[in-house]
Amino acid sequence: MTETTLLTTPLTSLHEEAGASMVDYAGWSMPVRYLSDVAEHEAVRTSAGLFDLSHMAEIIVSGDDAAALLDYALVGRASGLALGRAGYSMMCAPDGGVIDDVIVYRRDHDYFMVVANAANRDAVLSELWARREAYPAGDGSCQAAISDETESLALIAVQGPESADIVARMCQRGDDDVHALKYYAAANVVLKGGVHAYVARTGYTGEDGFELFVGADVAQDVWALAVETGGDALTLCGLAARNSLRLEAGMPLYGNELSRELTPFDAGLGWVVKFGTESKPRGAFVGREALEAAASQVPERALVGLVSQGRRAARDGYSIVDAEGGAIGTVTSGLPSPTLGHPIACAYVPAEIGAPGTEVTVDIRGRRESMTVTKLPFYTRQERA
Amino acid sequence: MTYPADLAYSKEHEWVRGPLEEGAEVVVGITAHAADALGDVVFVDPPQVGAAVIAGEVCGELESTKAVSELYSPVSGEVVAVNDALDPAPETINSDPYGEGWIVKVKLSGAPEGLMDAAGYEGLLG
Repeated sequence: MTETTLLTTPLTSLHEEAGASMVDYAGWSMPVRYLSDVAEHEAVRTSAGLFDLSHMAEIIVSGDDAAALLDYALVGRASGLALGRAGYSMMCAPDGGVIDDVIVYRRDHDYFMVVANAANRDAVLSELWARREAYPAGDGSCQAAISDETESLALIAVQGPESADIVARMCQRGDDDVHALKYYAAANVVLKGGVHAYVARTGYTGEDGFELFVGADVAQDVWALAVETGGDALTLCGLAARNSLRLEAGMPLYGNELSRELTPFDAGLGWVVKFGTESKPRGAFVGREALEAAASQVPERALVGLVSQGRRAARDGYSIVDAEGGAIGTVTSGLPSPTLGHPIACAYVPAEIGAPGTEVTVDIRGRRESMTVTKLPFYTRQERA
Repeated sequence: MTYPADLAYSKEHEWVRGPLEEGAEVVVGITAHAADALGDVVFVDPPQVGAAVIAGEVCGELESTKAVSELYSPVSGEVVAVNDALDPAPETINSDPYGEGWIVKVKLSGAPEGLMDAAGYEGLLG
């Protein structure tokens, strides 16, 4: 085994003290679980969970041309975001392949925060620099600053049906702003102790939830405040629970459902690409021509959900096979669903067998098992009255 | 994590309890290290009673939400009992890996080779 120095978050020492199992995730030492990944998963579905997501990349794009640059560099329209709103978007290559999926937060008129996957931090940063050079005239005249704030910020997520109450109680003035915050909206709040946080109603679990962006220097205080405020209603959660929660919620993971070899349309996420309308025209953006072509084609394959009544789970990389045993599709993610009690998986299959209810055969370590195509997501939360 | 001194251990992270001689019945499970690496076990697919198992060869599977792991038999012989209590409660492997979380009992076809004592196994883990 080769020794590599892993990046640590401002909270790593707290995870180790709490007895977490730590793993290398995209070059970061991160908690995969504290005690029980299934209990952590269930806590988020029924109460609330606390996650350290400080490995995620935060890239600040600011200045007079910030909105225009992001409109050119990403497939969504950052300029169309209202202040304090967030949007799911993607960065694509000129051939339409996905470089990363990101969330863009408009923190001020000319101040955007792009949250990218840890594994794609360098790729997104270098593409943003290159695209700034190219935009608008290839003369480097774009007035936008790009700053990688990944290591100066911590990202702490509180997710689950109790999360709004917990986050509101973490605020200095028992803040109603938190309850009033809409999904994919964000606001500056002051937490107890006078700590400033940028709180977004976003997440990756399929539950109501919040993500708190705070300075790395105060991250341990905010973590402790969350633990104290949440009490028994809040469970420390690792990345294993995060993955099982997002898969149940049918959310894609870069490297599994998304890659450089696939366009957003291949993944059934063509809606993130905004070509513009007559009333809201949109100019050039990287990948536009390839994506227009992709949008006009009937896809040959489809990203589908699979469920099984068996017990053995299909895993990332397993093949969907035809009657002769030949591979016709590939599983991208799969596990035994803690909430549903049976195996679930996402897979790319030929479009003609992509309709819900279709039976497919998966090669699970040499044994063929039957699974049924189903609509995504596998799990949808009950709205609370 | 603990590694009881009265057990023998394989390099594939199984433990064996009982006399290590031909004809003896021994109990087999996975170590606390293996259970921890896997996470919460949600499904155990053990060999069946009567099956012949061979030391170092795959004889079953363990699944968690995070991963699937093959179960290697640490000994050769015939499976004489399977822990049916794991079927409704596979998480017992995590909570009590050396006790109620046992997986199979095997009647040895010969004295096992290549097993380690607790100190040797802990040395393997480093």
